[in-house]
Amino acid sequence: MPDLPPDHTRRRLIATIGASGAGLLAGCDRVNASPTMRSFLSLGEDASYRAHRLIGGKALATEFDASQVSPLFRPNGATMPQSPQYQRHLASGFAKWRLRVDGLVRRTLDLSLDAIRSLPQRTQITRHDCVEGWSAIGQWTGPQLSHLLRAAQLSDQARYIVFYCADEEGGRPYYESIDLNDAYHPQTILAHRLNGRPLPVMNGAPVRLRVERQLGYKHAKFVMRIEARARLDDLFGGKGGMWEDRSGYQWYAGI
Amino acid sequence: MAALDGEESNLTATIGGPEHLSAKSHVVFRHRISTRLWHWVNVVAFFIMVMSGLMIFNAHPRLYWGQYGANFDHSWLEISGKDHKGHLRIGSVTVETTGVLGNWRDSNGAINSRAFPGWATIPSNYSLADARLWHLFFAWVLAIGLFAYLLTSLWNRHIQDEIAPTSNELKTSHLWRDIKDHARLRFPTGEAATRYNILQKMSYGLVLLILLPVMVLTGLSMSPGIDAFAGGLVELFGGRASARSIHFIVMWALLGFFLVHVVMVILAGPINEVRSMITGRYAIKPDRPVIEESDDAGPAA
Repeated sequence: MPDLPPDHTRRRLIATIGASGAGLLAGCDRVNASPTMRSFLSLGEDASYRAHRLIGGKALATEFDASQVSPLFRPNGATMPQSPQYQRHLASGFAKWRLRVDGLVRRTLDLSLDAIRSLPQRTQITRHDCVEGWSAIGQWTGPQLSHLLRAAQLSDQARYIVFYCADEEGGRPYYESIDLNDAYHPQTILAHRLNGRPLPVMNGAPVRLRVERQLGYKHAKFVMRIEARARLDDLFGGKGGMWEDRSGYQWYAGI
Repeated sequence: MAALDGEESNLTATIGGPEHLSAKSHVVFRHRISTRLWHWVNVVAFFIMVMSGLMIFNAHPRLYWGQYGANFDHSWLEISGKDHKGHLRIGSVTVETTGVLGNWRDSNGAINSRAFPGWATIPSNYSLADARLWHLFFAWVLAIGLFAYLLTSLWNRHIQDEIAPTSNELKTSHLWRDIKDHARLRFPTGEAATRYNILQKMSYGLVLLILLPVMVLTGLSMSPGIDAFAGGLVELFGGRASARSIHFIVMWALLGFFLVHVVMVILAGPINEVRSMITGRYAIKPDRPVIEESDDAGPAA
């Protein structure tokens, strides 16, 4: 302060900070659009995925008490698939609906809703975390995915499990995928009941995936087909899920 | 590192006694390389975290307490934009925020009803996916930086020697005198300016040891993947919805610290202060006469 008129210096400094703030913001948007920068920033996702798998292993998601269940489990995304095929299944109470399990398996499965209900069931009260920031607790019932995968006998090349859904988002068919760690996780189930009642349409009837250590968009609703695959980059947009392809959401959504 | 530390301690040693404090200002070595490096990494990381975090908040502009919280549940804070007006509600108090929150013009002049305006978010146009790309990269930068700095600062005794208050400084009389000095903008000169005063120690200690760690831990506890192997963390904060609320509140506390910090830097002489955080060298002004209370000793304006 001794050398420069303080007021002048301060005003100039504040103006400089303001101008560089505006410049920085415009810069950020440009940087945000750069593919190089985006792939650099996605190292954060890779690091989270590796760290969670390394430290987390097969750890179980917290299960809650029946008294902690959300009064109303908020549906999000599609609440009523529009396809004629789905509408026909819905009208007939999913009597002719079959869940196909195929791809890199030794045995293709076609399971009716009754067949799914007659498998050993797991019931779990878990917290559902949406990528948007809200959470809801619900009780889910269904067979473990591992049970189906063992029945179908995955081939050694299988690395990912893909879920094809009946709903669409902006004309894109919904699909999701998970790695085998999550696929064989004890809490990964194909839920057909929510809070003790048959799964409502808005929450994904007849069955939806529960993959409890990841965010909501990974929990594919209205599942029609399950495929074991060696890679994801040759499927739809190549990023392993509808939201991943469409908006660049992270494939690993454990954070 | 070791060589630099040695150099620094030599430089610090030259300011040990009052005989070095001549009537003219002289330059001392004030900030270690670890402090300077961490400081500027944080400037970048903190602003990217705040701005991408505000965009993430825009995806669901409500906050709750407890294990869960969604649209049908009671929120304690909400920013909404309806009927050409923006509102912020905290508890049962609602204030109109049109122009800033919930209803604002974007750079093209179009009305937008998202919570935080484009000038405060990364990216400036709504994209939760892009905000997460930034947030979840710089989260690593912030967390690793904090962890490394905490370890370094324990090892080189920065925390024990320079941040931890002495018992004398914690006496009410000392605290009160320092508060009065700050309020009158009488900043330390001479030998006293070579170390942190008690209000600096308390605010840096709060940021370093409480606010930033809570920020990182509440952030981690919002991850469903981490909750599976470290469920105690989210319980510590009273559930995921509470962790998200605390994450938001502590962000404002850190922004508040930033504002006060920058105001103090400007008042205390921005060129000298900023230089000391870049090169480590800091000019000490001579001691002001002890008895005279004349105002010209303090920074004018």
